[in-house]
Amino acid sequence: MRAYLPQFELITPTALEDALKLLAREPGQWEPFAGGTDLMVLLEAGKLAHQRFLNIWRLKELHGMEETRENVTLGALTTYTEVQKHETLQREFPLLCRAAAVTGSVATQNRGTLGGNIANASPAADSPPALLVYDAELELLSARGARWVRYAQFHKGYKQMDLAPDELIARIRLPRRANVAPGFSPASWGWHEYYSKVGTRSAQAISKVCFAGAAQMANGRIADIRIALGSVAPTVVRCAKTEEFLRAEEKLTPAAVQKAQEILAGEIAPIDDFRSTARYRRRVAQNLLGEFLGSAVR
Amino acid sequence: MPDAAKVRIAFRVNGSEHIVHAWPMARLLDVLREELRLTGTKEGCGEGECGACAVLLDGALVNSCLVPALHADGASIITIEGVAQGEQLHAVQQAFLEHGGAQCGICTPGMVLAAVNLLEKCPNPTEADIRNGLAGNLCRCTGYMKIFESVVAACKQQR
Ligand SMILES: Cc1cc2nc3c(=O)[nH]c(=O)nc-3n(C[C@H](O)[C@H](O)[C@H](O)COP(=O)(O)OP(=O)(O)OC[C@H]3O[C@@H](n4cnc5c(N)ncnc54)[C@H](O)[C@@H]3O)c2cc1C
Ligand code: FES
Ligand code: FES
Repeated sequence: MRAYLPQFELITPTALEDALKLLAREPGQWEPFAGGTDLMVLLEAGKLAHQRFLNIWRLKELHGMEETRENVTLGALTTYTEVQKHETLQREFPLLCRAAAVTGSVATQNRGTLGGNIANASPAADSPPALLVYDAELELLSARGARWVRYAQFHKGYKQMDLAPDELIARIRLPRRANVAPGFSPASWGWHEYYSKVGTRSAQAISKVCFAGAAQMANGRIADIRIALGSVAPTVVRCAKTEEFLRAEEKLTPAAVQKAQEILAGEIAPIDDFRSTARYRRRVAQNLLGEFLGSAVR
Repeated sequence: MPDAAKVRIAFRVNGSEHIVHAWPMARLLDVLREELRLTGTKEGCGEGECGACAVLLDGALVNSCLVPALHADGASIITIEGVAQGEQLHAVQQAFLEHGGAQCGICTPGMVLAAVNLLEKCPNPTEADIRNGLAGNLCRCTGYMKIFESVVAACKQQR
């Protein structure tokens, strides 16, 4: 049933400092509110866990993008629409743009944010596999100060995060893959990138399996490889063992691909739920790995 | 916890200024329909899936069931009531009329706004662009083809 509206607070600090002070004073009392595309659904269903919301939408420090020689850094409030429009991201981080393009529809992409997608901590979210492939780091801010954490270490278990109740996700940092000349594209350095989201319908469906992969090819051999999946474990997962095996292989023979698929199955822990079955998810994850590797050597 | 206090929200809707007082988490959808009596904006699912409640918020297509009215403070909004210029229908509306793009009409305001938004952002859309631009809008009546054809016709008309 719909929630009783008068019981909810939504306050709008105009300065980041004030927002952090409030979180510090009453930790756990205030839930950040960004684009609202996850929270408003819960409101309508009467399932919101909190009653007091801290509107961070207008905090300019959490918007915007910055480029240095080493990194591209995105504010946590960067929307999917902004991700798709950004030329450097299109060129150097195409998997993130692909993920943004298949997240919900235009209206959701205009409001949904990367920070919200991360903090909502759904194992079926679509941008985290791309962020994992790109070795993203998160800046967490509180009145106590700022700290950077590797995104690969951020999700601790189902909906459990390395995020204290007084902290906000402020920025997402993506390390660039080489010293960057203007117009540099990882593709010209042999990087091959692959993203696939499998759902009930191609638009606006929650993933049954989501796969992001990037491989740097040199003379038909894998020089570097990164693989991450969504919807196949309690959190999104980077598949280090599969990567390690593939990096050590001289050639991507059909036998090597098969072996990699077996290792992958051991690295994921899919479940049966209302969207799909464990068996289907495991099989599809393996098939997507096969497709990714096949397309990389082609 | 005692009830929250209502908040003051000032915004521009279809070109005119409004001030309303609403609960902090009131949905923009309800404020438009119940405070401003702009009932062209429809509620289908109430959870962001159907697009019946779509409006343009500072030029961006959004589902008003997922936007707290507070986020629209200071913003400029266009609802379906603001798409025509007086008696002059927008090319998209005219095309929906001529090509059978509407049946029961519940999805129509959102479909029209999604199409208007698409043509603003991308005046020469491909077939894939049109499908993508309307992917967040559900229709239970038309089977979508008439809507698709209407949007194609509106593009030609605009050129
Ligand atoms: C119709 C529809 C379709 C969708 N489709 C997809 C899809 O295909 N793929 C997908 O991955 N998701 C999808 N979503 C989910 C949602 O849009 C995304 O998760 C979105 O990125 C959430 O961002 P937000 O800013 O709207 O989050 P909010 O709803 O504002 O917040 C979500 C959670 O994150 C917390 N939070 C937000 N920002 C911060 C921050 N900076 N620091 C700390 N905590 C924060 C909030 O407290 C809350 O717990 C869909 C949603 C809808 C309604
Ligand atoms: S009522 Fe808002 S998207 Fe369906
Ligand atoms: S015309 Fe009836 S839902 Fe589309």
